[in-house]
Amino acid sequence: MSVVNAKIGAKQSLLQKSINAVLLLILAGLLFPVFKWAIIDAQWAGTDRCTGDGACWVFIKLRLMTFMFGFYETEELWRPSLVLALWAIAIATLFRSTYSRGLKILPAVIVLLPLLSWGLLDGRWFGLPHVETTRWGGLLLSLMITLMGLSLAFPLGLLLALGRMSDLPLIKAGSVAFVELWRGVPLIAVLFMSSVMLPLVLPPGTELDKLIRVLVGVALFTSAYLAEVIRAGLRGVPSGQAEAAAALGLMGWQRLFLVVLPQALRSVIPSLVNSFISLFKDTSLVMIVGMFDLLGTVQQANTDPYWLGYSTEGYLFAGLVYWAMCFTLSRFSMKLEQAR
Amino acid sequence: MKTLGLSLCALATVCVATSVRADTLADVKQRGYLKCGVSQGLPGFSTADKEGHWFGIDVDLCRAIAAAVLGDQSKVKYTPLSAKERFTALQSGEIDVLSRNTSYTLQRDASMGIDFAGVIYYDGQGFMLHKKLGVTSAAQLINASICINLGTTTELNVADFFRSQKIKYKLVTFEKNDEVVAAYDAGRCDVISSDQSGLYADRTKLKHPEDHVVLPEKISKEPLGPAVRHGDNRWGDIVRWTLFTMLEGEELEVGMNTMEAAEKSEKPAVRRIMGAEGELGKNLGLAPDFAKKILSQVGNYGEVFERNLGQSSPLKIDRGLNNLWSKGGLHYAMPFR
Repeated sequence: MSVVNAKIGAKQSLLQKSINAVLLLILAGLLFPVFKWAIIDAQWAGTDRCTGDGACWVFIKLRLMTFMFGFYETEELWRPSLVLALWAIAIATLFRSTYSRGLKILPAVIVLLPLLSWGLLDGRWFGLPHVETTRWGGLLLSLMITLMGLSLAFPLGLLLALGRMSDLPLIKAGSVAFVELWRGVPLIAVLFMSSVMLPLVLPPGTELDKLIRVLVGVALFTSAYLAEVIRAGLRGVPSGQAEAAAALGLMGWQRLFLVVLPQALRSVIPSLVNSFISLFKDTSLVMIVGMFDLLGTVQQANTDPYWLGYSTEGYLFAGLVYWAMCFTLSRFSMKLEQAR
Repeated sequence: MKTLGLSLCALATVCVATSVRADTLADVKQRGYLKCGVSQGLPGFSTADKEGHWFGIDVDLCRAIAAAVLGDQSKVKYTPLSAKERFTALQSGEIDVLSRNTSYTLQRDASMGIDFAGVIYYDGQGFMLHKKLGVTSAAQLINASICINLGTTTELNVADFFRSQKIKYKLVTFEKNDEVVAAYDAGRCDVISSDQSGLYADRTKLKHPEDHVVLPEKISKEPLGPAVRHGDNRWGDIVRWTLFTMLEGEELEVGMNTMEAAEKSEKPAVRRIMGAEGELGKNLGLAPDFAKKILSQVGNYGEVFERNLGQSSPLKIDRGLNNLWSKGGLHYAMPFR
């Protein structure tokens, strides 16, 4: 009996192997032209337009700083670099520390870091040369909109989630109305409103920076989604937890912040990271309001009359950067879930 | 939601009426720099190099206005605008002048709260094909296959043109412009049709750009020009006469390269434009030598065209309709007197 089984198994695996081999060959055959274009025939060195048939990575090389930081002043590039480094350290610390410690660091990160980043990038608060927000761009801008937007949206989302579960009818109705309104409009409409409608409604003479308008729009939009994510977490915590905390003599806010919320947030980490990733990708929409994020700088570079015709290389590069960022994030969140 | 939208719109219109600045010239002088709305990137018109410096013919007009008003062509802040937000940016005062490859049309001039101040580039839809076909006129394109962008006015213009000429043709349509160019380069069609300025840009993407030619004919009218807020006539005059100064400079052969000769010139017309005679600047509320500043810091129209679009640029666009009236083109500056 077992011998027959083993034979069938061997036959199957042989068949599977040959199928695999054929598929692999077909795949290699399909991918080879891409590989030839991107690697073998590609041109890497030089400062001029390429001549060969392959990819022209010179274009990416020359424009790399623009793709990363937009048109930020070259002598001041240490500032955006520092800002990105600070965020990287903060996020790494958050993900590495134990859950309860992370929860204590979080408020400091989402309050202090956005202010510090804005101060460093803008410069005026620290007596550094002023760099206007119109010169911020590239990956820096994508990340700043995502991170600052999330930092603003998280506390607001938390309040909305609590408001929606509140017993007070006015607060509850207000939160429901807010969430449903912002979830009911597409982000692109929010961006349009903030960049096209808002300046018309503002009193004449007031000039609100376009980036701030966009940030507020993004934050309000994201807060509605975060509110629902957090609410799901809050509902998932058994009511016995709050009752037990009450039995121990904890006050209302202590029950919430020491017992219910820590458990609620832990269970929604994957959804929060999901919102993070989707917001990061959505930031490319700011292109339609005339800002140059990562994708925007790539498209802009494609209109340089001296470098026309390298859009494939540009888009491929942008895609790779987006993928690398999102993949890293989802890996991080997986680790976080395992490290309970 | 609908009512909310409507009331916001109503509110916005009210505010447009109140937020229009009456005196842009005074604002710009007080602020010390010009706020200029440009495109997010169009080869030869407005695009940024890798250091973030804007260049192109639309950008040069902004620089010329800054030179005329502030005496320094570098005092410009550029705001890249998408096609959808450009008019609102002008209406709300976010920019002083819109120099963003915008077609001068009745509807825009009359109902968008803006005024056009002239035409800086006469564009229009044209055709590009391989030199070896030996075609010299679009009327010879019998049974030609034409590559174009899907669902744009481009398609409509081609249909209208060939129907009026009673010529049979075949359309090959694509979603993206880069696909159109790639298909044409791969020989999937004989002709490619788009706005001529775009065709010249597309030509540089081909494997052998020198083998292809853009036919001189235009089958549509796309006059691109700068726009200002409706109702500020003084500011409109300044933008209009800045453009005229660049054209007049070319006609009088006064420009960046000929400044020294112009300064010594005894010709009355040259002396007037250089500010040595007459009170041309005063009438506009500008310095007497405003035109000299434009021509010495930015150059005349011919120089600007050559640098950004013409033979010294990668685009190599023929002057065609964009030549001076005296050389068979449409550009005609009103008299400086």
